Amino acid sequence: MSDSHGAYFIPEPSRWPIVGSVALFISFIGGGIMLNGSGFGTFILGLGIGAVIYMFCGWFSDVIRESRGGNYNKQVDISFRWGMSWFIFSEVMFFAAFFGALFYARVFSVPWLGGEGAKLATHMFLWPDFESVWPLLTTPDMSMEGIESKFTAIKEIIPAWGIPALNTAILLTSGATVTFAHWALKKNNRAGLCWWLAATVALGLIFVVFQAYEYVHAYKDLDLTLNSGIYGSTFFMLTGFHGFHVTMGATMLLVILGRSMAGHFSANDHFAFEGVAWYWHFVDVVWLGLFVFVYWI
Amino acid sequence: MSEAVIHDHDSHDDHHDHKPTGIGRWLFSTNHKDIGTMYLVFALIMFFIGGAMAMVIRLELFQPGMQYVDPQFFNSMTTVHALVMIFGALMPAGVGLANWMIPIMIGAPDMAMPRMNNMSFWILPFAFTLLLSTFFMAGGAPAGGWTMYPPLVLQLDHGFPFLIFAVHFLGISSIMGAINIIATVFNMRAPGMTFMRLPLFVWTWIITAFLLIASMPVLAGAVTMLLTDKYFGTAFFNAAGGGDPVMFQHVFWFFGHPEVYILVLPSFGVISQIIPTFSRKPLFGYASMVYATASIAFLSFFVWAHHMFTVGMPLTGELFFMYATMSIAVPTGVKIFNWMATMWKGAMTFETPMLFAIGVLFMFSIGGFSGLMMGITPVDFQYHDTYFIVAHFHYVIVPGIIFGIIGGVYFWLPKWTGHMYDETLGKWHFWLSTISVNILFFPMHFVGLAGMPRRIPDYNVQFTDWNQIISLGGFAFGLSQLIFVWVIIKCVRGGEKATDQVWEGAHGLEWTLPSPPPFHSFTTPPQVTDATAHS
Repeated sequence: MSDSHGAYFIPEPSRWPIVGSVALFISFIGGGIMLNGSGFGTFILGLGIGAVIYMFCGWFSDVIRESRGGNYNKQVDISFRWGMSWFIFSEVMFFAAFFGALFYARVFSVPWLGGEGAKLATHMFLWPDFESVWPLLTTPDMSMEGIESKFTAIKEIIPAWGIPALNTAILLTSGATVTFAHWALKKNNRAGLCWWLAATVALGLIFVVFQAYEYVHAYKDLDLTLNSGIYGSTFFMLTGFHGFHVTMGATMLLVILGRSMAGHFSANDHFAFEGVAWYWHFVDVVWLGLFVFVYWI
Repeated sequence: MSEAVIHDHDSHDDHHDHKPTGIGRWLFSTNHKDIGTMYLVFALIMFFIGGAMAMVIRLELFQPGMQYVDPQFFNSMTTVHALVMIFGALMPAGVGLANWMIPIMIGAPDMAMPRMNNMSFWILPFAFTLLLSTFFMAGGAPAGGWTMYPPLVLQLDHGFPFLIFAVHFLGISSIMGAINIIATVFNMRAPGMTFMRLPLFVWTWIITAFLLIASMPVLAGAVTMLLTDKYFGTAFFNAAGGGDPVMFQHVFWFFGHPEVYILVLPSFGVISQIIPTFSRKPLFGYASMVYATASIAFLSFFVWAHHMFTVGMPLTGELFFMYATMSIAVPTGVKIFNWMATMWKGAMTFETPMLFAIGVLFMFSIGGFSGLMMGITPVDFQYHDTYFIVAHFHYVIVPGIIFGIIGGVYFWLPKWTGHMYDETLGKWHFWLSTISVNILFFPMHFVGLAGMPRRIPDYNVQFTDWNQIISLGGFAFGLSQLIFVWVIIKCVRGGEKATDQVWEGAHGLEWTLPSPPPFHSFTTPPQVTDATAHS
């Protein structure tokens, strides 16, 4: 594409955007009905998600076809770069909201409930027997006798230096393997590219499997759940959204692996690969934040 | 279709002005002008839906006691009025102007990602269908205020997930739109269109786009936490589980304050185009305008807690956010003075767009000054949650932002349609709007200072006289906007032929194109020099 000629590529009218809007609309309606307690909603949600996947397949097929057809010149390539980088930045800000919630709970709300700072009255009049600790295993309302808590007490949390540390190593390694794949691609070494990419996908999947195992362990053995107060809330929302992003990233890598095997990329023309690699590194960096602030300190 | 896509590029010149026809032209559009038009029409429709809700509010408040609607519905009116106006009218109108004007102002063939552009628009009608459908659900529409504070908002019944998903949906649209604008401005400028030659409208929109990308995901995070708190047992905003309802306010306003600038900066951009045109002088202090806008945007991330001075923050927090808020007055002042200096000794004429721009200058400043008053922490304790606040932000939004957008519509309508609008009707629209908007919002300062709380359907008898005047102003303002619709319809259907330049003092690439511009403008990029640049 970079050596193609001519004007900036403006696509002809396309049905995918409206298909995407309708698909998301159906998903949201389904989700809403489901949360309001009707099983019928789950069915609609499934339908909607199916339509979203259909939209992605159709839309990206068009993009791949256009790219293969030589329609994208250097300038289009740069548009994609701007687009992908700021999309990733928006994702960073999404995670920032949840990290913000974690820091707020640790620095402000939990200590305040325990009577620190100027919040002595809060402590005395809400839950006078509550002690501020982190990780917060028992919630403030459990410190009051005779009142049934809305939450479940955590028996034990997941230590950083078990599976989480292993997962850190796995993701960091996958960051390296995707870079090796890039080096191979730059040397037009297709076999190397495919093998390193396959290794990256495999590491991503191992990560997700470990994470799933950890979740089952947390729910079954440790009573660490979404419902165990602010610790469980921040723990599962942060690691859960991260796990979802890893799954998305691995799916994207898988598509790129397929395209690599089909020979879609050349040493100087492979933005799709780079965009996904950026995304993968982003997921990696978020994990480092999680490992340090959720598991470790 | 894919065949056509592939061959499009080779046969570009053959169907240079070939327009797709029928409903497909709009549903599947990849044309920035068509998408811009859809955004603007959608915004206008939502403006009247939101406006109708405001009329219900003013009708109920015409007298003390309960007259027409029950309190729950009244609260839904205030809540959904805000959501519809902010996300349905103001933001889409700003994006509509951006879609129409940015590519032709910078000499680009279209937006950088035309298909994504289409999706950014088409999400909106569906998202508002989700939101407005809550009126017909058990428990009614959202009624806890547009800020969605827990625990109150969690009491919403069946409408709750639809409210949250509508916000998610709108966030997706905004983020895609913002990414598109950034890619367009950074990558699609014509040769010679350097950053410091960009029309100021383009500058304000890049900065707005960065604000959107940084703040909308945070809102998505905040409402996601609401959703999990209600349905999945999390404790983010529940002190019994170690969380804090006030935390929502922090996360929300981290989005919410930049959002204020997301709304206002495009309007600033518009009047920065209009004032030089009708003063027949270049914009005074172009570079300082750019830096001031960027400073406002940057500072907007450090002032959020001035929305919650009375919530019980540590003293350090109160002081920090007071001083940070005050500091925003400096770059804003730079902008106001630059606009005035642009007019100084200019050969001014007062066509409708200029009248609206000057209206923004005067009346946005009124809102700005009351903003300074509320930025002072101890004083805000009196103003908080009274009609003084309502007066403040409506001065900023209605004559500050909506007037800017309307001014922009009058300014560019001849370019879009090829016809001059009816100047007499335009002037009527301006003067009636200006008089009624002040009757509507100025007395709110008085009842607010006297202690009338916001978001309550009933009030003490002592507030009756001012409320009746306010309501009359409100009805007059609502009716005046019908003139606007009439002017637009009349202009689209015909009128005096507009020239390419339209306005005597107009400079910039958009005025070099025919009126209306061809379906595909600037397929070969123009060369821009200092002489042809806007400023």
